[in-house]
Amino acid sequence: MVSDAVAEEARRRGAAGRRSGALDIQREQSDVVMKADVPRIAVSGPGADQAARIAGAVVDPELPMISIADLGVLRAVDVADGSVTVTITPTYSGCPAVQAISDDIVTALRSAGHRDVTVRTQLSPAWSSDDMSAEGRRALAGAGIAPPAHRASGPIPLQLSVRCPQCGSRRTEQLTRFGSTSCKALYRCRDCAEPFDYFKVL
Amino acid sequence: MTTTPPAGSGTSVSTADVADYALRLGDDALVLAQRLGEWISRAPELEEDVALANIGLDLLGQARSLLGYAGSLTGRTEDELAYFRTAEDFRAAHLMSLPRGDFAVTIARMLLVAAYQRELYARLTGSADETLAGVAGKAVKEVTYHLEHARDWTVRLGDGTDESHRRTQAALDGLWPYLAELFVTDELEQRLVAAGVSVDSSSLRAGFDATVEPVLAEATLDIPQVASVAGGGRRGNPGEHLGHLLAEMQSLARQFPGATW
Repeated sequence: MVSDAVAEEARRRGAAGRRSGALDIQREQSDVVMKADVPRIAVSGPGADQAARIAGAVVDPELPMISIADLGVLRAVDVADGSVTVTITPTYSGCPAVQAISDDIVTALRSAGHRDVTVRTQLSPAWSSDDMSAEGRRALAGAGIAPPAHRASGPIPLQLSVRCPQCGSRRTEQLTRFGSTSCKALYRCRDCAEPFDYFKVL
Repeated sequence: MTTTPPAGSGTSVSTADVADYALRLGDDALVLAQRLGEWISRAPELEEDVALANIGLDLLGQARSLLGYAGSLTGRTEDELAYFRTAEDFRAAHLMSLPRGDFAVTIARMLLVAAYQRELYARLTGSADETLAGVAGKAVKEVTYHLEHARDWTVRLGDGTDESHRRTQAALDGLWPYLAELFVTDELEQRLVAAGVSVDSSSLRAGFDATVEPVLAEATLDIPQVASVAGGGRRGNPGEHLGHLLAEMQSLARQFPGATW
């Protein structure tokens, strides 16, 4: 019951974020090439799907509009002998949200009746901003955070201009590469003059 | 001392060696993170305050992974390693513990360290030790951002005013003698290189030079022609500055062991 509330809260936040976005999301997505190989959450054991839904609905406290499933931070959920093991990966090595996320996963799963919950952190393969889902990107944009471009696959890094999440202009400039959190840079729109966060490519 | 054959290697390697190697990399990151943290509320502008703190946080995260790993091999926690070792037990290169100096010193050191760490971690992603490879896989992406930041500032300061040029050149001249220590391959490292676990530090210099020299040229700065200092941070000679840094970093944990918040 509480787990439903957690999921509902994540959905509500996501929906609210989308409504408040001035941007035409469909148009934004048209120039973002979605990769098909976004890592899926590996589940094993009885009830693991349900446990994965509960754990996946936990949000990053620094990014409350996006669930850890959509952020690509949730890697695996394994249930064995009544114990749940959840595997997550940090976005950045020093991300202070990892501890809060771990605690919230334990709380959410315990509230849903899982007594024995372990959260382990896995570094490899390293998290990439490409691990974020299309839904996650929409949620970020809806909340005024420009979603990350996809990583350049060729030998020459190509940095396209970042689209303003407020007005959609591509006339934007970077103010600082290191913003309010490790994962974000600070930008400014030269058309609407609003500053905004850009989720960095990693 | 137990031995573990790392995957993909025919040579066995001692866990004590791996732990000591992880400490070297972790201590470099931890000590430099502490130096960068000293800038919080003191940087030239707010954005830079945030940038230096974020870069320090990346390094702290890398240090936690590496110290946590070293501790798991030797029966200690990351906190025990960070807060309850004396300076002689640290393995950081002297370059990391030098005083933060002025902003030019901090930026010049960031350029040198990030260029070194990018070479190191790019190569270490191929380590036969899965944990070291995993840490390196994350760290290489983070230090690439540090390198870009330092490169932008180095050009801006070097090719800026007479005063910023003078200070940045002085910063490089002061730091350059400490570089050599980063590129020394000692016996411990030779054993780990043979097992495919570590990177041969002396082989990193060419890539380092290829990264740094064009930046200095663009910044109108000269490559210092100075003799190297002896170093010794990797083998228990901590130099004159680390003890002072630790006195501040460790004081709370030592006065109130086990304190939480």
